[in-house]
Order: sequence, then structure tokens, then C-alpha cells
Amino acid sequence: MSAIGSGLRPDLAAIADHVESSTRVLDIGCGDGALMAELETKSGVDARGLELNAELVERCVARGLSVVQGDADGDLANYPDKAFDYAILSQTLQTASRPDLMLDELLRVGKKAFVSFPNFAHWRTRIALMLGGRMPVTRALPVSWYETTNIHHVTVDDFRELARAKGAKIEREWFFANEKEIGATAANWRAEFAVFQLSR
Amino acid sequence: MLAQSARPMANLPASKSFALAHDLPLDSGQALSGVKIAYESYGELADDRSNVVLICHALTGDQYVASEHPITGKPGWWERMVGPEKPIDTERFHVICANVIGSCMGSTGPASENSDGAPYAMRFPVITIRDMVRGLVGLLDGLGIERLHTIVGGSMGGMQALSMAANWPERAERVLVIASTARHSAQNIAFHEVGRQAIMADPAWKDGDYYASGASPDNGLAVARMAAHITYLSEEGLTEKFGRRLQNRDSKSFGFDADFQVESYLRYQGSGFTQRFDANSYLYITRAMDYFDLAEEHGGTLANAFSGTKSRFCLVSFDTDWLYPTAESRHVVHALNAAGAKVSFVELSAPNGHDSFLLEHEQLDRVVRGFVE
Repeated sequence: MSAIGSGLRPDLAAIADHVESSTRVLDIGCGDGALMAELETKSGVDARGLELNAELVERCVARGLSVVQGDADGDLANYPDKAFDYAILSQTLQTASRPDLMLDELLRVGKKAFVSFPNFAHWRTRIALMLGGRMPVTRALPVSWYETTNIHHVTVDDFRELARAKGAKIEREWFFANEKEIGATAANWRAEFAVFQLSR
Repeated sequence: MLAQSARPMANLPASKSFALAHDLPLDSGQALSGVKIAYESYGELADDRSNVVLICHALTGDQYVASEHPITGKPGWWERMVGPEKPIDTERFHVICANVIGSCMGSTGPASENSDGAPYAMRFPVITIRDMVRGLVGLLDGLGIERLHTIVGGSMGGMQALSMAANWPERAERVLVIASTARHSAQNIAFHEVGRQAIMADPAWKDGDYYASGASPDNGLAVARMAAHITYLSEEGLTEKFGRRLQNRDSKSFGFDADFQVESYLRYQGSGFTQRFDANSYLYITRAMDYFDLAEEHGGTLANAFSGTKSRFCLVSFDTDWLYPTAESRHVVHALNAAGAKVSFVELSAPNGHDSFLLEHEQLDRVVRGFVE
């Protein structure tokens, strides 16, 4: 069953479609639990979540999901090695204090990892910066520089380079623009969002 | 049966009571015989007995979770949480709440008769949280309830829930632990010791043998309650409620009356408490809490306490609770994560410190309702 058309954000739908049944999943920065709820409709998926915002955690618990209020930067350390088949980090990497260490932790607690993030090299962002001379406020990055929690903006090519440096294998990649999946050609220009499936 | 004595709770109207068929073995190596467990229940038991929620009470709590207290006439201590269409819905769940052993509301405790017909007093063996839970398991066995839908507890009730999960892991599908801890800290023990010393310094305590004397160590017990009560509140809550406001007077008396509202409040809390609680029970139960260290029981590693557990856990803390602060709940959550358990945790914001779990809190209601669904 495809999660596309389920109302999930496209990057989450891509991830949901590629999580196999009877697996253990940790969704880091799980928000209101939309992805976890979708995953738990699959047979045998045991989904756990980590979320910083108490109100969102409360909503998750109220819908019956197992979510711990905590900080991805500090709380991942408590999970044993390879405790999960998949560790998912959706649109949170760019908020981490050390995205490189976060990637290490993802691949330590998960046999595989999914990472999604807004691509800072999308043409709209580049034009906004080049012509406007101001930090871009775009559809994908709607918050001004002084309010945003995105402290480590990253591009598709930057991420590929980080994965290579960390010895992580990119197993799959998906790119999105205008809420639709697009091909990998010139993704660093064309993609608003990217999703990578990694292993080590 | 409670011993006849000067204590008001000696003449309680009968709660439901269950007599354990066997001696209850204790962590101290001793055993208690003739144990009675007083309990209340609410809501219908399903034919397959799958809808039982066991609620564990706190230090000075009792089985009257959702019905009027027979001594004070006050509503049940968690009526806002337990009842028809409440978060723990008695139209759906069969809710059981039992008085712990060592207490004084009908379950066997220091005020109960020993085999020689006199109250145990200090001859009552020192008990632990696990002993209390052993008593609860005995009750469930007696009632033919093998598996709980959920075990719920706040404060010392949360310790019992954790102890049940660690020592009888098959007995509860869900474990809900609110404002609690897996171990008593030095500060927790210190406050309890102040309370115990206040009781034992009261001349009416008579080494615990006061039941037939016509007097009881009410002054000591009241001071113990006053000290403990401060730990249940927050500085912010106290300031908001009382500030430096004076009690029924326009100026300070330059004496030692209760000039301040906060003094008057604590005195009222202290003396009210002596009407419904036995001083020796206070000694025994605080001791049990001080001895509680779930990791110590399991080889020094808390995660070992939960290894292989199939239960789902939910822990809740409050940001102004300095008795069992959020760090203590996180400590349990980390151990549960390490054990691979299904666990939820949320720190809720509330102004009233440790007592917040008993007070109006919509977010807590939603979390409880969602978790026990």
C-alpha cells in the first residue's frame, strides 16, 4: 500500500513506503506522530518517537503512540546499538547542534537511516540570496533567520559529501519540488526537499 | 480487624476486605500472617476480566480514589481522573484501588492486632514498596485477576507501578507512572527523617505503644505532615497562594501565633491529617519509600529491572516538582529505552509542584486518557 495520497508530507510518504513490515522504527523529531501512525498501520511495525515539544508529545501519547519527550542531541545516547531497523530523522538534521555526530548516532541506533531536509541550494533560495542579498525566506524555509531553528543549513551536495566522509552508504534518494517527486538530475538545483536512505 | 484504640480510624465503616490465604513473605526475611487488604472497586468487571485498572495510592492516600472518604467526608482523592466518562472511565474499566499494607485504612498495618490480640505497634515488620506490591498481587490473585489492563500510580503509587512492572512483568499490560521515581534521593530521605523524628520526639508516641493510652502523637505527626506538605508544593505556588499575607490580622503580632497565612495553612493541614492517619503507619510507609531503589534490587542497573518487558510504559513529570523532579523520570525512561521497552514520556508544565498530579490539568487528562485507551 502506498502512503502517497495519505495526506502525509511527501518526504514522510516516501519514507513510509520504504519501511518494511515487522520492523522496529525510531522517528526522531516525530512531531504530532503522523508518520508513526501511518507506519503502525503496516503489519508488525513497532514505531517509537522522540520529540522535543511537550504539546506534540502529548498529542502523540493521546493517540496511543509511544513517544518520549527529549532532545535528539542528547537522548539518542541512551538507545543501544542497532536497537532499531530504521532510524528516521525528518527535517531535523539542520536543527542539530552537530549534524555530523547526529548522523553517526542515527547509524549507530538504526541498521538503516532515513534523513530528510530542506535543500538550501534550491534555485529559489539561491536567487533570493543572490538578488535579494538577504537570508532567504521561501516556501520550503518560511521562517526568518532570527527565528528559525535551522542552524545548520545544508544542500543536497553537502549531505552527499557528509555521507561519503562518514563512510555511510546512500542506498536510495528521493527529491521533491512543488510537493511532487522529481528525478535526481540536477537535484542540487531543483529539489526543495531531499530524502536519503543510508546504511553503514 | 483493626485494634480498638483512641485512633479515629479504628471505627471505620467496612471497606471491601480480602484476607490473604497465605503468609506474606517480606523483603526483610520475615513474613506477615493474617494479612487483610482493604480495597474499593468501581465499574463492571468484564466477563473476560480484561478491563481491570489498578490504581496505587501515595504515601498518605487510601483506597477511596473515587468515593467519599469515611472519616473526612471529602470526595475521593482522584475523582477528577476516575469515574464515569473521566480519563479513567469507570463505564469502561473495572477500577480497583487497595490500601497498602503498613497503612491504616483497613489493610494490615502497625495499628492492626497481632496474634496476641494487642496492636503490632513497632513489632510490625519493616516493609518495602515491593512488599506492598506483593500484597496487591495477593489481592489480585484472590480476585482471580491475572492480568491488569493498566497499573497506574502517582508518587509512591508510581513506585508500586514500577515495582510491579519489574518484579511481576506479566501482570500489567500498561504501566502509567506519574510524578514518581525509581529511587529515593538523599534529599527525599532527609525530609522523611525530619518527619519521623518529629513523631518519635512527641512524648505521646511512647515508643509506638500509644494505641491504648488514650492519646496519640498528634503534635509530632502534624509537624511531619507540615514538613512533607512543603515538599509537595512549589515556591511559585506558595507565593501565589499566600505570599507574605497575614492571617486574619492587620499587623504582625510580635509573637508566635500563625501570623502568616502560610503558617495557618500548614497548621491546618497538619492537624487535619492527624484525624485520618496513624503515626506509626507514617513511620513505616516513609521507611518503605526511603528503602526504594529499583536498580539496587536488580544488580545495580535499572535497565535490568525491565529487561524483556512486554508492557507499555508512560511516564509523566511536572516541571515544578522538586520532590521527584523530571530528571528522575528521565532516568527511568533511559533505562526503559536501554531495555527496548515501549515507553512514552512527557514533562508537563504546572505551577503546583509535586501535587500537580492530583489537581486540575487538562494535558494530564489527555495523556492518561490516550494511554489507557
